[in-house]
Amino acid sequence: MSSVDTIQEHEATGVSNQKMAMWLFLSSEVVFFAVLISTYLFYKGKFSQGNLSPEELFDIPFTSVSSFILLMSSLTMVLSHNFYEIKNYEKSRIWIFATAFLGILFISGQIYEYTEFIQSGLTISSSIFGTAFYFVTGFHGLHVVIGVILLLTTGSQIGPNKNNRKYGLSIESLALYWHCVDIVWIVIFTVVYLIP
Amino acid sequence: MKTKSKTIYKRPTQKSKFVNLLTTVDHKKIGIMYLYTGFTFFLVGGLEALLIRLHLAQAESTLLSAAEYNSLFTVHGFTMVFLFFMAVNSGFGNYLIPIMIGARDVAFPRMNALSYWIYFFGALFIHSTLFIGTTAPPVGGYLSEESNLFSNAVAGGWFLYQPNAGIQFSPGTATDIGVIGIIFLGVASLISAINLTVTTFNFRAKGLTFMKLPVYVWMTQVVSFLLIFSLPFITIALFSVVFDRQFGGNFYNVAMGGDPIFWQHLFWLFGHPEVYILILPVFGIMSEIIPVFSRKPIFGYATLVFAGFAIGFIGFGVWAHHMFSSSIQPLAQAGFGAATMIIAIPTGIKIFNWIATMWFGKRNLNVAMLFSIAFLINFVIGGVSGVLHAVVPSDWQQTDTYFVIGHFHYVLVGGGLFGIFAGIYYWFPHVFGKKLNETIGKVHFWILFLGLHLTFLPQHWLGLQGMVRRTWWYDEGMNIEFWNLISSIGAVTILVGVLVFIFNWIFSKRKGEAAEFDPWDGRTLEWSTPLPPPEYNFYDIPKVKTRDDFWHRKYAVDEDNRSVSKGKHDEIKKYTLATTLMDNSHIHLPSNSLFPFITGFGLPFLGWSLIFRGTFMSFVLLSIGILSLLIGIFGWILEPEHE
Repeated sequence: MSSVDTIQEHEATGVSNQKMAMWLFLSSEVVFFAVLISTYLFYKGKFSQGNLSPEELFDIPFTSVSSFILLMSSLTMVLSHNFYEIKNYEKSRIWIFATAFLGILFISGQIYEYTEFIQSGLTISSSIFGTAFYFVTGFHGLHVVIGVILLLTTGSQIGPNKNNRKYGLSIESLALYWHCVDIVWIVIFTVVYLIP
Repeated sequence: MKTKSKTIYKRPTQKSKFVNLLTTVDHKKIGIMYLYTGFTFFLVGGLEALLIRLHLAQAESTLLSAAEYNSLFTVHGFTMVFLFFMAVNSGFGNYLIPIMIGARDVAFPRMNALSYWIYFFGALFIHSTLFIGTTAPPVGGYLSEESNLFSNAVAGGWFLYQPNAGIQFSPGTATDIGVIGIIFLGVASLISAINLTVTTFNFRAKGLTFMKLPVYVWMTQVVSFLLIFSLPFITIALFSVVFDRQFGGNFYNVAMGGDPIFWQHLFWLFGHPEVYILILPVFGIMSEIIPVFSRKPIFGYATLVFAGFAIGFIGFGVWAHHMFSSSIQPLAQAGFGAATMIIAIPTGIKIFNWIATMWFGKRNLNVAMLFSIAFLINFVIGGVSGVLHAVVPSDWQQTDTYFVIGHFHYVLVGGGLFGIFAGIYYWFPHVFGKKLNETIGKVHFWILFLGLHLTFLPQHWLGLQGMVRRTWWYDEGMNIEFWNLISSIGAVTILVGVLVFIFNWIFSKRKGEAAEFDPWDGRTLEWSTPLPPPEYNFYDIPKVKTRDDFWHRKYAVDEDNRSVSKGKHDEIKKYTLATTLMDNSHIHLPSNSLFPFITGFGLPFLGWSLIFRGTFMSFVLLSIGILSLLIGIFGWILEPEHE
């Protein structure tokens, strides 16, 4: 890419263009999630109006397992990035698909959880708790889905005989995004599920 | 990879003018496209405002119906803030930033094109509210059922207060289209902000360290940070409205425990930084024009830059001054009032910097400078009436009256628009290689100046007399007819001024005085190119030694600290013009790409399919949207930046 020669020709920070852009995007994402979680906290004091309380609904062991799965996907992402850096594209591809698989597992868990809750009577319109809960977890889930799509498409271009991401999103930027989405889940899990 | 992509899809080239328009990634062309589109929406928004003023010219007017009036002031606000102002600022930023820092293009040329196309299709999406939007009178409401172009558009004010803009009181699809359209525009602004930030950080010419950057670049940088950190607030806020309106959420449904005040907090947490997003680039434009036409370096460069950062920072802490009449605690009111007074200080620093730059300078009172001086006058008037709102009891008296309308139009029209016109007169030769006509320009300036004060000064008095904003009807004999009439006459005067400007634009583009190199004896790097600049901007990437480097190539400083010409003007000019004829095959520029256009094209379809969901039509719309996003994004990824 052109970034290498431009750095020599210009007064630059030394951080590659794409990485800096990803950090800037993530800083915007962090504010996005901060506002999202604040929204939940703001409405938390008003939950009594609904007929279902969070404590009755949440299955903490189940969600803990799916949270653990999402956290482990950060580990597999690190492995994939590591193998990519040492140019072992075969293993890098395996671990990136493993990451995507764990992401899909997490999403499946979320879909299962949603169906359970909807059957118990918690919908977006049933109470303010329902609105806030689906708002926060739904937007996080959307980010995971986008991440999984990125992982799958990126993974399909990595391998011994592939172009190995000469263009487009680099593995490093993708890893940054994925870790950010994971870390945000720790906060959401704590705020939404664990704190009574 | 390369051979494969060539067989299925031939990369667009610049041969056809129309194809080039759709596929260009040149930052200058994209900047000009932003300016033209933005200015078109300025005319649309201006005509909407004119209709409002014509309606209010006399008491008990029936020119517009109440529903039309509500839609007109809402669409006027959307158009002017999001479609005109932000677009024109983006246009200036796109055109100027790379060329001011000695770069050949932005960091991500195709992303730049993408942000333009998302803005373009987002703007069309918002205006589709006029044609496919529906509104229905709320249950028990006073609005009569009618259907025409304007009464079906989004209504509820540009800040869409809940629950008034909720599903209960604003049924129909019009509001949804407005809300989702602004989400699209937010995406465009975010991409553009990230792109310009990376460009400023990584593409500066050798030697152009941060404290040597032109002030305009600094101000746009502050705006980029403001966008990056404030857009999430409006995105969440708008999505919460989509949740309420589309999926039956309860965020603003008071009966279910929702809280409408939360919307106000979210909106103004974005909305106040937004005010600075609009005005800071104009501060930057002022800081470029005033030194050039005073023939002095900018006074207090560092204070100007840091004042800009202070404004950006404090701008996040004053949002509740828009909400003093809401139920917020007295202590919070006192705190936000104090913060609002404090933010006047960095703004004041800037005003004194500009005055001190002009002081003892050899001022050249041409049109760009006239607009700049008028900017200072208008902005001080608008600023002083703004600080009045920091006094909470005074604000209770003025809020939601025409006093507020007068205040922010002084800032945005008298400040922002005048600054933009100054910028247009100043950089027009750079874009087209011809100067705008000075005589017509002076006529334009004085008509606009008169029109501004005629329109907005009486609105302060109307407001203090108690005329409420967004009011469709006022009875005769309330003693406010006279100033309303004057204000409407002023609005027509502004129209005349703008028409003179359009005439000047067309006239000067054809027959203007030619300017092939450095017409203003400029200070910054953008004037060191041939005019209009070639596609690669700089034949040699400049090497910078000092602030205002181009000036110091032409002038030395004697013992009394006065500038003395080095007598090298002709030599520099001759060489620069000669470079246009030299071989430039070693300069690699990014190639044209169609994929940003295709990606942007898909977004409105996704929006429409959400709004009309559950029908077969929505399925078709969804398919078109997803298909064009897929083609756009994957084509993009598989295509190298340049070949």
